[in-house]
Amino acid sequence: MSHNANTADSGKKGGISFGWILHSPLALPLIGLIVVSILMGFASENFFSVSNIMNVLRQVSIVGILAVGMTFVILTGGIDLSVGAVMALSGTIAAGLMVNTGLPGWIALLAGLGVGMGLGLFNGALVAWGRMPAIIVTLATMGIARGFGLLYSGGYPISGIPSWISWFGIGRVGIVPVPVIAMVVIYALAWVLLQRTPFGRHVYAIGGNELAAKLSGVKTQWVKLAVYGISGLTSALAAIILTGRLMSGQPNAGVGFELDAIAAVVLGGTAIAGGRGLILGTLIGAILLGILNNGLNLMGINPYMQDVIKGAIILLAIYIGREW
Amino acid sequence: MLQLTGIKKKFGNIQVLHGVDLDVRAGEVHALLGENGAGKSTLMKILTGILQPTEGTIRIEGEERKFANYDEAIEAGIGIVFQEFSLIPHLTAVENMFLAREVKNKLGLLDRRAMRERSKEILARLEVDLPLDVPITKLSVAEQQFVEIAKALSLNARILVLDEPTATLTPSEVEHLFKVMRELRKQGVAIIFISHHLEEIFEICDRITVLRDGEFVGDCNVSDVDNDRLVEMMVGRRIENSFPEKPGPRPGAKVMLECEEVQLRKNGPVSQFELREGEILGFAGLVGSGRTETALAMLGAFPATRCKVLVDGEETRFREPAEALAHGIGLLPESRKEQGLITSFSILQNISLNNYGKYRKYHWFIDLKKEMADSEAAMAQVRVKAQGATARVDTLSGGNQQKVVIARWLNHQMKVLIFDEPTRGIDVGAKAEIYQLMREFTAKGYAIIMISSELPEVIGMSDRVCVFRQGGIVATVEGDSINSEEIMTHATTGRVQNVA
Repeated sequence: MSHNANTADSGKKGGISFGWILHSPLALPLIGLIVVSILMGFASENFFSVSNIMNVLRQVSIVGILAVGMTFVILTGGIDLSVGAVMALSGTIAAGLMVNTGLPGWIALLAGLGVGMGLGLFNGALVAWGRMPAIIVTLATMGIARGFGLLYSGGYPISGIPSWISWFGIGRVGIVPVPVIAMVVIYALAWVLLQRTPFGRHVYAIGGNELAAKLSGVKTQWVKLAVYGISGLTSALAAIILTGRLMSGQPNAGVGFELDAIAAVVLGGTAIAGGRGLILGTLIGAILLGILNNGLNLMGINPYMQDVIKGAIILLAIYIGREW
Repeated sequence: MLQLTGIKKKFGNIQVLHGVDLDVRAGEVHALLGENGAGKSTLMKILTGILQPTEGTIRIEGEERKFANYDEAIEAGIGIVFQEFSLIPHLTAVENMFLAREVKNKLGLLDRRAMRERSKEILARLEVDLPLDVPITKLSVAEQQFVEIAKALSLNARILVLDEPTATLTPSEVEHLFKVMRELRKQGVAIIFISHHLEEIFEICDRITVLRDGEFVGDCNVSDVDNDRLVEMMVGRRIENSFPEKPGPRPGAKVMLECEEVQLRKNGPVSQFELREGEILGFAGLVGSGRTETALAMLGAFPATRCKVLVDGEETRFREPAEALAHGIGLLPESRKEQGLITSFSILQNISLNNYGKYRKYHWFIDLKKEMADSEAAMAQVRVKAQGATARVDTLSGGNQQKVVIARWLNHQMKVLIFDEPTRGIDVGAKAEIYQLMREFTAKGYAIIMISSELPEVIGMSDRVCVFRQGGIVATVEGDSINSEEIMTHATTGRVQNVA
């Protein structure tokens, strides 16, 4: 079985056995997750409490959702640096529409989604038809989106949005926070898209060999447009959660989140050059990052030192996993 | 001046040069002739120290020399201009000429003025005037070549190798190059000139050495031979491969694809041809003669200045290969690794890559069972030998990989398949199987365009042959005219008509 795409099938052969996990690209991220969890468990007795686990997952949800779109983009061999800024802009615009124009909240939220997806499609069109390098295009979009958010809001958070919006950020269903449910649903949809649709195969094919894909009749430009569109959409979905949590539109939110999202994708075993990787790996990578944040906090480590440790762990993880 | 005697070269068990002599005098232009694979490039790599001969001696002015590497050959006064230039695109002519041996002033900084003066001097020696301060990419191909030549001369080259220098030049640029070559000849430089264009040999060269299949065929003065004699020396007699029998002309076969005009570049030649049901149309010609580009232009994968194609009588211009696929035209590209396969995918995924229209479940999803069944059927049809459909495609042999790329097109309603160098880099047994498959396809009514640099293959497989030269079709031959002399003559001397 090809290493990248159909892990589910390799599992089938072994029946109930889980030996396939060792041969799967998920093996290393999973081992990393387990090792870090155990270490954190020793370091802090609260770590394994249900409430702390739910807390970690809730904290992870925003970067986790950004990382979904990032996974699609990176699988094609691209990159999207604009996700943090796009998230801030679509949240700010949604909040602004609610507060300033009196538009019903749900329409404003839809408008926010439109803004995010629109900017993503803008990126995609420039990369696919404009033949410009993704890193530059999305860097420019990052600046544009950030600037527009600040212009639109005058640089201040926009508060006074309807109180029910907070459900997206801090609501719960039973003991499970709403953002966690949203994240799981989005990952499930992404898995189906990548593993069970022609579109998903084309995403992997472009990352594996774009020229071969094109010559065999794959509409590579449309596929690229779509992956950046998806990235814009997931940024805007993350914005809804963020807005609900902060109960305001924050034009300065999400600075540097694109780097966390990229780190989650790479920690999850996706090749930065594209073509290989699994969406489940990204989820593990995002949780791994979240646990590190949470655990280092619980241990009371100096926040500046935390950044150093996280950076070192990312380097170590990539070094260990560099074969695949 | 330069004497190579009894040069032999073995790569592993394969003998590629069987004792070749080359004798070049000062102040002459010496042609080195032979088909693709005759051993010219290997011989030149030995001369320039890039490869070491298994046997044989190199003498320069009577003195025996051995070159451990390229630098030692340069030291000895040998310069070479490769077919693929070794210039750095964004540097200027001066910067390129002095790359890695920059002139420095007392402070250890670049002495730009000195380098510029020296460049000017050398270019003046060539009687060439070109802009020195713009990036090399802004210069024409011919000018870039002059920079390469000047670079060799600045290293005091007395023996200059030009490997197919005219392949990418326009006729007027060729004229200019010849002027420069004559100037150098007057100055006593010995030039080894490799070209497939025979009329150029007669125009510029003094003497000729011919190689065939790694053997030394002979050398002679240009004035002692004519065109036909040269072609005969180059092609010789050959053992034909075992090709499937040609079914013979089909009366009333309908035209599947009519190419009314293809012009690859501005002011280049315009080609036209038609492709009939059930035939194999060979595209013959030298490397760089525009065969692949013409095929890619029809698919929308090469930006030609003009491209008008009728499929089943309906005019089309494809913007991308996906549109060509929708009209039943598919491609087996020249390079399996770079253009054909997704190497990280399984066989199954490589075959189904452009077939998902047929493996749908609930409209949006892949029907994995049908995907597996159809792909396995396609594998069986082209006889791919593998562990199973889920084996990674990069574990297969070249021949089996090629069959996987072919299998990709089987589940479509194909009309036309373009096979670009279908047997490159695969072994004899797999070759015969691919030939067999091609005939099976034509028997089903497909039409095939086969682009090939191997003359025996073109002759053995094609029902008709379009011969390309310098970017366009110069002749179309069929029946008994499909023989090596005829094709080589067109490919090397055919008349190109440029159209504005």
